[in-house]
Amino acid sequence: MPKPSDSILPTLLDRHHKRLLEDWFIQQQGTGAAVATGDDAETRAHSVRFLTELRKGLASGELDGIEGAGWSGMREVLDDISRAQALKGFSPSQTAGFVFSLREPLFGLLRREVGDETSRLAEEMLMVALLLDRLVLYTTEVFQKSREDVITRQQQELLELSTPVVRLWEGIVAVPLIGTLDSNRTQIVMENLLQQIVTTGAQIAIIDITGVPTVDTLVAQHLLKTVAAARLMGADCIISGIRPQIAQTIVHLGVELSVTSKASLAGAFELALRRLGKTVVDRAPAKPVAE
Amino acid sequence: MEQIPILMVGDCLLVSIQVDMHDQLAMALQDSLMTKIVETGARGVMIDISALQFVDSFIGRLFSNIASMARVLDAATVVVGMQPAVAITLVELGMTLSGVKTALNVDRGLALIRRMIAVEDGRGRREA
Amino acid sequence: MVAEKHETMPVSTPEDIVRVRRGVRSHAINIGFSLVDQTKIVTAASEIARNTLDYGGGGSLRIEVVRHGVRRGLKLVFADQGPGIPDVERALTDGFSTGRGLGLGLSGAKRLSNEFDIKSAPGQGTIVTLVRWK
Repeated sequence: MPKPSDSILPTLLDRHHKRLLEDWFIQQQGTGAAVATGDDAETRAHSVRFLTELRKGLASGELDGIEGAGWSGMREVLDDISRAQALKGFSPSQTAGFVFSLREPLFGLLRREVGDETSRLAEEMLMVALLLDRLVLYTTEVFQKSREDVITRQQQELLELSTPVVRLWEGIVAVPLIGTLDSNRTQIVMENLLQQIVTTGAQIAIIDITGVPTVDTLVAQHLLKTVAAARLMGADCIISGIRPQIAQTIVHLGVELSVTSKASLAGAFELALRRLGKTVVDRAPAKPVAE
Repeated sequence: MEQIPILMVGDCLLVSIQVDMHDQLAMALQDSLMTKIVETGARGVMIDISALQFVDSFIGRLFSNIASMARVLDAATVVVGMQPAVAITLVELGMTLSGVKTALNVDRGLALIRRMIAVEDGRGRREA
Repeated sequence: MVAEKHETMPVSTPEDIVRVRRGVRSHAINIGFSLVDQTKIVTAASEIARNTLDYGGGGSLRIEVVRHGVRRGLKLVFADQGPGIPDVERALTDGFSTGRGLGLGLSGAKRLSNEFDIKSAPGQGTIVTLVRWK
C-alpha cells in the first residue's frame, strides 16, 4: 500500500471531483444502485456528501482503517444513509451497491491520470478497493444496528403495553407483573412505575408478582431498588403475591429495607386502603318501595 | 451572591430549588434556612426539588443535615418532588437519606408536615 | 474503543463542579442517553469532581465521546496531582462510613458507571476513569 503521503488520490479527487461525480451518477443509474429509488435529488445529495468526506478522509492520511477522527464525517454520512435505508425497509445490499458503484469511476480516474505508471496504478487501485470494502462493511454494521434498535424499541413498546400500571383507587396504583422477568424488562417496568407514581400522584404502589414463576436474585434486587426509589420519592410500596421461596430470596439478600408484603393482591389492596385511612362499609339495604 | 428565595406558607418555610447549586450556594441555603427557622419560629421546612435533575452525595448530606438541625429547632423537614431518574440514581449511589421525610408534591408535603407537627405536639403534651 | 469528540475542563473551584455537571450533561444529551442514564453519569461525575477538588487539591477532567463498533459512549477521565489514595481497595468498598465521604463518592460512582478504573498511589496523584455506554 502506498504511504499516506504518497497517494495521489486526494489530489486527483480535488481536481476532478465534478467529472467523478457525473461518472458516478451514470454508474449508479446503470447498475440500479441509486440509494433512494426514483429520488435523484436525494441520491445526488448523498453522493456529493460522500465524495466530500472521502476527500477529507484520504487527506487525513489515516489509510489503515476508518475508525479515526479523520473519517468521522464519512461515518456520519454512512450512518445517515444506512439508517434511512433501514427505516425504509431496503436491504443492506442497496447501500453496499451505492458505495461499490464508485469503484469503476475511481478506477477510471486512476487509469486516466496514472495509467502509464503500472505499479503505481496497481497500488492505488488496491488501496481504493480495500477502502471501499471497509466502508461497505461499516454500512452493514450500521444497518444491522439500526434494525436491532427498531426491534428493541418495538420490544419496549410491547413491554409497556403488557405491563400496565393500574389505578386501583385514588392514591393507590398496582402493577401486575406477568411472565418471566429478566433484568432488562424489570428495569423498564420499574422506571415506568416510578413515572406513573409521579403522574398519578399515587401514595401507595402495589407490585403484584403472582404471575411471575421465578424471581432470581438480580430481579429481586431490581424490585427492592424500585421500592427504595419509590420511598425516596415519597410513595410506599407493597409487594403482593409473595410465595415462600421468593420471600427466601429477598431475605437472602440481607435487606435492611422493610418492604411490606402480602400473599394476595386483595390483601395488599386492603392494607393500602387502611394505610390511607379508608374503610369499606356496608350500605344499608334499600327500603322496599311501599305497595 | 445569589440567594435562593425562602417563602413562608402558614407556619412552614418553603424553598424551591430551581438551579444547579454550587457548594457555596448550598451551604448558604442551609444557613439561611436555620436563621429563618429561628426568626420565624417555623414548625416546618419544605424543600421542593421537582426542578432538580440530579442529587449527589453532597446535596443528599445537606438535606440530612438540614433535617437534623431543623429537628433540634422543633421543625419538621420534608423534601418533595423528587424525580424518578434522581430517585433511581440515589438508590444506586447508596444514599438512603434516612432522617429525611419525603413526599410526592407540595400538597402532600404540607399534609405530611401537619401530621408530623401534630405528632410532636401530642408527644409534648403527654410529657408535660 | 476510539475517541471522537473530546473536551477538557479544569476542576479547581467549586464553580467548576457545576460546569463539569453541565458539560457532562450536554455531551450525554448529544449522544442520546436516556434521562436516567444522563442523571447517573452526571451524578457520578459530580462525585468524582468533588473528590478531585477536595482530596486531590484540584485537577482536570477530560470528557471523550467514545465508540466501540457501533456503540457510543461517554468516557470521563479525572486526574489530579494530589496526595493519592493509600488503600484504593478499601476506599472503594467502604460505603459511607468513612465520615469524610470519600468512600461513598468512589464506590457510588463505580456503581453508576458501566466501566470504572482508578489508578492512585501515595504521592502520585489519582486518575479516575468512568465510562457509560448508550
